[in-house]
Amino acid sequence: MSLAVDAPSVHAPPMDRRVQARRLTVALSLLLAVTSVFSLAWGASGTSLWAAMADLAAGRELSRLDRIVLFDIRLPRLCLGILVGASLAASGAVMQGLFRNPLADPGLIGVSAGAGLAAITAIVLGAMLPPAIRELTGNYLVPISAFFGGWGSTLVLYRVATRHGQTSVATMLLAGIALGALAGALSGILVYMADDSQLRDLTFWGMGSLAGATWAKVMAATPIILAALAVTPFLARGLNGLALGEAAAGHIGISVQLIKNTSILAVAAATGAAVAVSGGIGFIGIVVPHLLRLATGPDHHSLLPNAALLGATLLLAADMIARVIIAPAELPIGIVTAVLGAPVFLWILLKRRGALGL
Amino acid sequence: MSPFSRLYITLSLLLVTMMAGHMVMAQTASRIVTVGGSVTEIVYALDQQDRLIARDTTSSYPDQVTELPDIGYARALSPEGVLSVAPDLIIAIEGAGPPETIDVLKAAQVGYVSVPEIYSADGIVTKIRIVGAALDQGQAAEALAQQVTDDLSAAQAAAVKAAGGHPKKVLFILSTQGGRIMAGGRNSAADGIIRMAGGINAITAFDGYKPMTDEAVTIAAPDVILMMDRGGDHGAATKELLMMPALVPTPAAQNGKVVRMNGLHLLGFGPRTASAITELSQALYGETH
Repeated sequence: MSLAVDAPSVHAPPMDRRVQARRLTVALSLLLAVTSVFSLAWGASGTSLWAAMADLAAGRELSRLDRIVLFDIRLPRLCLGILVGASLAASGAVMQGLFRNPLADPGLIGVSAGAGLAAITAIVLGAMLPPAIRELTGNYLVPISAFFGGWGSTLVLYRVATRHGQTSVATMLLAGIALGALAGALSGILVYMADDSQLRDLTFWGMGSLAGATWAKVMAATPIILAALAVTPFLARGLNGLALGEAAAGHIGISVQLIKNTSILAVAAATGAAVAVSGGIGFIGIVVPHLLRLATGPDHHSLLPNAALLGATLLLAADMIARVIIAPAELPIGIVTAVLGAPVFLWILLKRRGALGL
Repeated sequence: MSPFSRLYITLSLLLVTMMAGHMVMAQTASRIVTVGGSVTEIVYALDQQDRLIARDTTSSYPDQVTELPDIGYARALSPEGVLSVAPDLIIAIEGAGPPETIDVLKAAQVGYVSVPEIYSADGIVTKIRIVGAALDQGQAAEALAQQVTDDLSAAQAAAVKAAGGHPKKVLFILSTQGGRIMAGGRNSAADGIIRMAGGINAITAFDGYKPMTDEAVTIAAPDVILMMDRGGDHGAATKELLMMPALVPTPAAQNGKVVRMNGLHLLGFGPRTASAITELSQALYGETH
């Protein structure tokens, strides 16, 4: 941390940080719990969580409106916020470790570009699909397309960057830029074809929102995101090793290719699902891991779970602002995260240029 | 209790709930939210504004409606935001959403009436009838529909007469962002109003609003340029507009013919459209200019 280190911590710095990180995990879990309760309690309508709990405790029936606001609007929104926030922040941390680059985010493996292109395609050309398919997908054509679009483009990038069973991170990065440009161009064609109202839909999709949270979305995203997050603890040792460089990591007994495959798979799944259900939400994936590295160091054993916890908390907080600041209307959450995240990111850079090695 | 009887009870409870829902719908709504500028105008034209409690961003006429809470943009409504004003009926223009929000509102037993958007005289009358039925004002709506139909045919007849067999070619410019001209093509509200006012839309190559290449604008050779009035200094804006290379060779620029009208008045397709037709026709052919 700072240069003026006092004597005891010189003797046992790793131990000190590990304890610190564990305490932070406990603190962040508590913070997430508290934020979750407030997220259930806070909204544009007059429904009160406390009154509803008192009613339930006394065995009284809730009014239909309160039931819908609490269980069909706020609760699925809370679940979706936790899932999306956790996957964006943890994915960001994994990507920065894998690419050994402080600016890396899931966009580098093509998830965002592919998901965005697929979502735009669904919005603009969805009406041309045969009625049978539209009936099957219902309101969920855009999220379903976004998820598979994200996966598809990650697979393409992975195939391009892998030769003789070795994935080149540098090739992946460059090919990712090319694929992003191609997706941008195709999106441009679709934007040109779009009519007025589709244009508005596209714009709002790009700014992200948890307003469309439904139980169906929560049910679809939960298994994918939880599975991906469950894998991340097994990546911690490998990502720590990769910080030394690929060759060195191999020499200390880390199977580099396995770490790469698992990381890419987990990030594509988590981010793909998150983007599919919430649209484009920026800055959580970059700001959260950096904040934590400054607080408790770069050890992925603590960084990954703490990032998931802090990401979920921050996204819930941003969502609470988004839903009440201009009530009864609502601000897209991507605007809130960018307005709050961009200055924080700049502040981190200015404050700790040395610590980030820039 | 056997599983079968449990199912039976569940089903009958469901049925009762659904019937209760219908009864709520049947009562006269007194807390109404409108979505869409023309829908709101029709509510005012039917003198039912006392029942309005909130409106969307596009509802900006008459002025006093802006004092009501704004529930946001028509296609990005938030379910809890709408429920927070405690409406019992929502009258919304076609395309309001997203569908997830509409589903929640329907589940909350808020009445929901969708009004189709068609850019023609018949379309306006249809809107009035549907809004009138939703407000339980069938008779008043019929009278308004009749009056609007008469006004529209009178305005259109006068516009055709004013054109006198030499209709002018009108180019509707939605915006000139970054020097690119975004023009109104077929099946747009602009196309509808231009034709009703006795003009010809200069653009027939595409549907809706699209950016145009400079040469295509020049070839379209409009006699008049039609734009939305955004306030501010029009003199300077018009000068700058007519100096755009694509527009310089057009008859419109040579004669300095630029018409600006209030967007909602011009493109709203509501009760005021007859007056919009007259205003546009006078601007196109009138002796006043």
